[in-house]
Amino acid sequence: MNSRLASIIRKEFIQIMRDKRTLVIILIIPIMQLFLLGYSATTDIRNVPLAVLDQCRCPESRALLDAYRAADYFLLAYDVGSEDEIRILIEQGDARAGIIIPPDYNAALAEGHAQVAFILDGADASAGSTMLAAATLIGQEHATALMMEKLERSGMDVENFQPPLEVRTRVWYNPDLVSSHFMIPGVIGMILFAITSILTATAIVRERERGTIEQLIVTPIRPWELVVGKVLPYVILAFIDTLEVLAIGHWWFGVPVRGALWLILTCSGLLLLSGLGIGLFASTIANTQQEAMLTVWMTLLPSIFLSGFFFPLEAMPKVLQWISYIVPLRYYLVIIRALLIKGVGIPAIWQEMLALSLFGLLILGAAAARFRKRLD
Amino acid sequence: MLEAKHLTKSFGLVHAVNDISLNVKAGQTYGLVGSDGAGKTTTLRLLVGALRADGGEITICGHDVRRQGEQARANIGYLSQRFSLYEDLTVLENIRFFAELRGLARDEWLPRCLKILDFVGLAEFKERRAGQLSGGMKQKLGLASALVTRPKVLLLDEPTTGVDPVTRQDFWQLIIRIAAGGNVAVLLTTPYMDEASRCHRVGFMRGGRILAEGTPSELRASLEGRIVEARGPSLPELRKTAANIPSVEDVRAFGDKLHLRVAPGRARTVIRDLKGDGAEARLIPPTLEDVFLSLAS
Repeated sequence: MNSRLASIIRKEFIQIMRDKRTLVIILIIPIMQLFLLGYSATTDIRNVPLAVLDQCRCPESRALLDAYRAADYFLLAYDVGSEDEIRILIEQGDARAGIIIPPDYNAALAEGHAQVAFILDGADASAGSTMLAAATLIGQEHATALMMEKLERSGMDVENFQPPLEVRTRVWYNPDLVSSHFMIPGVIGMILFAITSILTATAIVRERERGTIEQLIVTPIRPWELVVGKVLPYVILAFIDTLEVLAIGHWWFGVPVRGALWLILTCSGLLLLSGLGIGLFASTIANTQQEAMLTVWMTLLPSIFLSGFFFPLEAMPKVLQWISYIVPLRYYLVIIRALLIKGVGIPAIWQEMLALSLFGLLILGAAAARFRKRLD
Repeated sequence: MLEAKHLTKSFGLVHAVNDISLNVKAGQTYGLVGSDGAGKTTTLRLLVGALRADGGEITICGHDVRRQGEQARANIGYLSQRFSLYEDLTVLENIRFFAELRGLARDEWLPRCLKILDFVGLAEFKERRAGQLSGGMKQKLGLASALVTRPKVLLLDEPTTGVDPVTRQDFWQLIIRIAAGGNVAVLLTTPYMDEASRCHRVGFMRGGRILAEGTPSELRASLEGRIVEARGPSLPELRKTAANIPSVEDVRAFGDKLHLRVAPGRARTVIRDLKGDGAEARLIPPTLEDVFLSLAS
């Protein structure tokens, strides 16, 4: 290898190894993020506390409540005497939902037009919509069961009665729809991108901040050698982080790794180009490590939100969807989710790979053009 | 060895360096003297290529800095004003790093580094982290790392600022030895006149310009016969009296004495006037400081 390049890589490694605190942070942060997001960023809901106002207190109303109890979405936590109590419980956050069964429920049921009210706390929109779907579904199923009973009583042959249409759903790849299988590939992408861009920017700016750049300028080292030599050690760290997250995701959270490992690492390498490019670009703007960090964050946050990491891109306004096409992380998330969970090969992801490479080279090229081995 | 012609550099509206030309030959020590903000550091940064000049030409060992930057830099050793080595590396690691960047082979750098550390007197500290060195030792380390590739041109930016007097003497012995070898051109900046007087040539800088240039004796000769030293029972009284003599251009206190700069050919009358007032007065040879102050006013 080029000896100047080797020297600078060697020097950078010595410095990384001497700065134990930073090293530990670099290696531990991904694990923390993984556990946090793996467990917290889940849209699965269970045991929502439900306040019950049963004004009928008849066998029919108990049957309805049993139906809600049976599905473990709701926990019949409070038995209340008035609507006001439901309101207070929801306001205080003790209950997230309430059900009101009117006094004439059994009579109305017999006549075929009974109604119950279901109140939901919609403050948390995503949990609210899941609760709404669950509450409606449970109610409808109970209504169907009641109808069947009625038909049977009227002398119909219910055994052979079939609804004319049945939708049979089959979920591929992630049959239990476990949220963490969706989140963890995203965490890999986010960490790779964040670590490389932040570390690249601060590593280069540090030379400027501490004045060491002044000595480097006077040496015959070429700008590209300086950049590559400084950044390569951090690329290696980023790859260690990737493998770390992949291993924990697989063995702890049970995320499948169905695609080829070499392809996963190749695509991760393509994402690194963009991360390095943004980091290098920030380093040409910033004079202190703090400025560099903030500059990177300015691109990092929108990248994460517009990548489909938390929220599906399909649900976003058209304008944001268009903007998302210039977010490299977006392409990587499509790739990594497909690779890990579906186990696809290059034919399924070549377009995203191409986009990722183009963006990476473009950003890196623009940053390299701005990078100068000078003080002004 | 080192030649600069009509260098200019502005930062916004400030002309930090304004038409500077200088020439340092091998074996020569050139001192750039001036107060803070005179443009000394900017000049050095232009010479090493850390800043790009707005105009002018720089040649180092026959290589144009702008067009043949790498060849020119290969001949430069540079000690910046601010410590610019790695505090988290040891003395030896620092020297090795810069030696390797400058293309010293692996079997070459170690004996060379040890020799140079011995030369600057840091041999016993070679395993110490640079951050734990004293100010003077840091400067010596900087000098060692600038010297390790045996540069033809050595640029030192205020090498002794903030260094204790003993280390300063050491440092000057090193500089004198380097120049005495006859192969190296040394350009240094300093705010100290006693250091300037040790250089072969001196340039006085102010407001981005070199106001006067020459050997220390040439520069001093310009004020020959114009500096009068005066001493009296009451210095404030004497100061008032001296300032009232028309041919006295400037009065400065030096400890318990006054230095008066008088108009050319008027020394004799000034001395007579002062003696008439009961003070002691005599003609003294001018110092570089007198020269600098006369140029600055």
